[in-house]
Amino acid sequence: MTEIIVVTSGKGGVGKTTTSASIACGLASRGKKVAVIDFDIGLRNLDLIMGCERRVVYDFVNVINGECTLKQALIKDKRLDTLFVLAASQTRDKDALSTEGVERVLNELRADGFDYVLCDSPAGIEKGAHLAMYFADRAIVVVNPEVSSVRDSDRILGLLASKTKLAEGGNGRVQEHLLLTRYSPRRVAAGEMMGVDDVKEILGLDVVGVVPESTDVLSASNAGTPVILHEDSDVARAYQDAVARLLGETVPLRFIDEPKRGFFARLFGG
Amino acid sequence: MGLLDLFRRQPPSAQVAKERLRIIVAQERSARGGPDYLPLLRRELLEVIRKYVNVDPEAVIINLERDQGQEVLELSVALPEKVRGGKTAAAAKA
Repeated sequence: MTEIIVVTSGKGGVGKTTTSASIACGLASRGKKVAVIDFDIGLRNLDLIMGCERRVVYDFVNVINGECTLKQALIKDKRLDTLFVLAASQTRDKDALSTEGVERVLNELRADGFDYVLCDSPAGIEKGAHLAMYFADRAIVVVNPEVSSVRDSDRILGLLASKTKLAEGGNGRVQEHLLLTRYSPRRVAAGEMMGVDDVKEILGLDVVGVVPESTDVLSASNAGTPVILHEDSDVARAYQDAVARLLGETVPLRFIDEPKRGFFARLFGG
Repeated sequence: MGLLDLFRRQPPSAQVAKERLRIIVAQERSARGGPDYLPLLRRELLEVIRKYVNVDPEAVIINLERDQGQEVLELSVALPEKVRGGKTAAAAKA
């Protein structure tokens, strides 16, 4: 049974690709067979975050157009045996993706025995974003605790509830999860940033993960190593927890409280 | 937060953000799935009302509620304080 998970947000730059790469790695490191697909046609980036940019020969659109087989286009990860990347095409043709083409590729992945297919959605609500979510069973909605991100993700929730195959067929709905990124416990404590409970209350979603703001995300993308593999990082631990929750385990939230500070630090600030 | 901040505290900005989002999200959710003419209807109603009373564009709230196969279109107009004391609401059924 293959589960299709879309990683989406509406707003750009909130961490969809970082999240897709890390969740895919996390699932694969638990022995699951995982494919992660970049739906951002024209702006390929997942390959860089995964560190396989120099091994892209064929892409998603090549497969859809029958210019190569799916096997030829799937890039096998060098670190994890059961992880595969399907890169986005760099074409400027906005209609390069078709509903039938995407469905055909997903069905082939199902037949190949993949446990999970992660669809890394582009920002916005255009065709690429629509097709990334259309066949999903579950959705990870990536949100920054910031007004425009929260509002845009609510827009996306509306689309998940109406413009997906599950919703249109009337047999069930996409299971939605909230994943907060760039979370700063210190700023939340100071009343400068909305907290987990605030965002949860506004959107009415269950929280699958809270990823703290960290410089580790940039250094991971610089290196082309998904940040979940940086084992001494809180970001990696937060993503590992999110993977566990996706798999149905109950894991308490971490990294949401401000680290304790001494009396003098609190008195004089800083 | 340092000692000095205790004496010049403003409402936390996160609280402001949450309140603004709560309102806009509720409003956008109620418009979702509704007929496409609602924004236009709202604009035209606003124009008509403004012929008589100079209300704020944000003072006109249109809500569509579905209840057991029956749809209720609720229109609420907050009049400016100078015209009348408080808030006046008018409801129309469709």
